[in-house]
Amino acid sequence: MKFKSKGAFLPYLLWIALFVIAPIGLVLYYSMLNLNGEFTLGNYKNFFTSAYLAMTLTSFWYAFLITFFTLIISYPTAYLLTKTKHKHLWLMLIIIPSWINLLLKTYAFIGIFGLYGPVNAIMNLLGFDPTQILFTDFSFVFVAVYIFIPFMIIPIFNALDKMNPSLIYASRDLGASPLTTFRRVIVPLTIQGVKSGIQVTFIPALSLFMITRLIAGNKVITLGTAIEQQFLVAQNWGMGSTIAVFLILIMFAIMVFTRTKKKGGRA
Amino acid sequence: MKSLIHTMLAIVIACGLLAFVAAKLDATNAAGGKDTLVVYNWGEYIDPSLIDQFEEETGISVIYETYDSNEAMLTKIRQGGSAYDVVVPSEYTIETMIEEDLLIEIDHSKLPNLQNIDPYFLDLPFDPKNKYSIPYFWGTVGVVYNPKDIPEHITFDSWDDLWDPALKNKVFLVDGAREVIGLGLNSLGYSLNSRDDNELKEALEKLKKLNGNVKAIIGDEITPLMINNEATVAVTFSGQAADMMFENEELNYAVPSEGSNLWFDNMVIPKTSLNVEGAHQFINFMLNAEVASQNTDYVGYAIPNKAAWELLDDEVVNDERFYPREESRTNLEVYENLGLELLGTYNEYFLEFKMSLQ
Repeated sequence: MKFKSKGAFLPYLLWIALFVIAPIGLVLYYSMLNLNGEFTLGNYKNFFTSAYLAMTLTSFWYAFLITFFTLIISYPTAYLLTKTKHKHLWLMLIIIPSWINLLLKTYAFIGIFGLYGPVNAIMNLLGFDPTQILFTDFSFVFVAVYIFIPFMIIPIFNALDKMNPSLIYASRDLGASPLTTFRRVIVPLTIQGVKSGIQVTFIPALSLFMITRLIAGNKVITLGTAIEQQFLVAQNWGMGSTIAVFLILIMFAIMVFTRTKKKGGRA
Repeated sequence: MKSLIHTMLAIVIACGLLAFVAAKLDATNAAGGKDTLVVYNWGEYIDPSLIDQFEEETGISVIYETYDSNEAMLTKIRQGGSAYDVVVPSEYTIETMIEEDLLIEIDHSKLPNLQNIDPYFLDLPFDPKNKYSIPYFWGTVGVVYNPKDIPEHITFDSWDDLWDPALKNKVFLVDGAREVIGLGLNSLGYSLNSRDDNELKEALEKLKKLNGNVKAIIGDEITPLMINNEATVAVTFSGQAADMMFENEELNYAVPSEGSNLWFDNMVIPKTSLNVEGAHQFINFMLNAEVASQNTDYVGYAIPNKAAWELLDDEVVNDERFYPREESRTNLEVYENLGLELLGTYNEYFLEFKMSLQ
């Protein structure tokens, strides 16, 4: 019996060793090599003394903005979805666009936001002068939020959907105002969904790189952009890996910060 | 135990399938041989009908693949597993490829059409005596702009015009560290191959003052924006500028007088080649005057083939914006291979410049 359960784990262990542990190990190893392949901690020193530290902060700031707006839009949407009659159909309609290739959607926005695109045409009808919406902080955050919304809605929707409605009736019967019900009953019961949503938004937002060029015109620089440049242009795998190590550390911190607490159910 | 065997079996079958597919893919990739020729070139960089013509004339069938950066191409050739017969890298990449022993020496006796090339483009420092490479196209880095949308005094005779306050939020830059840091160096009168950190820092400080003027730093996406009049001023390559001007006649192109980059893309035969004979035939074919002039009509870059100049419109060849005269080429510099360390510095300063933009 014991042997069987151990053996069944073998493929998974192999998988994790090959595709999780080995790559992280390699990234760590490369981060300690300089351009000539010699062992050094110079890359880490460089990280703390050059522009990378500021870049980490801006990446963090934009990832925060993106996650914040995604959450603000997704939570009410998910809530309203659970109240509709054909909720799974609606959810499906929201999810379908996320099947389209990311790059393709990004290119579409170049046309939509363009000087002669539909957005400016409407602005013009309303009497505003056409402005270039592309290549601004606004367009960057907007497109990123658009892309992440489905990923945020799904976990929140699931959490809301699983919630027992009689708890809300009970709260109301006991005299809680709608706001109190929301704050003391709905939020605590769905916080796990929100946390998963933040994980799947914040972490990829930190390393977005194609959108920074196509939509933000490289005026927003994230850690992802820097990694891409170090590997492809500067061909400095050491420095690229060092930035990747910090990205992994930040992601780890996010995971710890949003981890599931065992003692839940105090609502 | 049974479920374990099933899992294992499933994995083995999946691996087998993957290996089979991979082998299939490899086979198409490495299909080189006597009657096929694998050409690896930049995107939009050849008239496709010329490939058909070459196939008809020689009976060799051509497999044509494209790349969008020297670095991506180099990585692929370095890693092996490919069977490219002809590749078209830029000069600084050719230097690297020669250093790394990735190229086959070209047999000039098999290239009777080589005499068509203007001697100015032969025997250049990056490949003395053209042992490894044969000129394909050449060009400059400059400014393409729409004179209608900017004040008349701005003609980009000087790089400093980019800093003009009238160009607030109007300037697009090409997403390349060498090009942007290079224009900063040039505007200060330094060489764009500068190895002096003080000069580089000075250039960076000057570039940072471009802050309010720079709208975006992008790549090929600039072409449609310029054509549709969505962008006014763009620092870009001459050939790309020619493409834009072909579609939008309002546009003009200038190479600032302080100096700029002069670049060459040359044809080479990598060591991966399985059809060296065919590769020579292809290179010789591309050097043919008629072929070269037809290709120039399609691609829009400047051709180093003086026999082809006779066949092209005078208007094209005498356009000094794209075919600068030899005397005005003195301020133009070819990129030197700076080595990875210095290239890293250029890239780091470029990142710092990007981060300073708001």
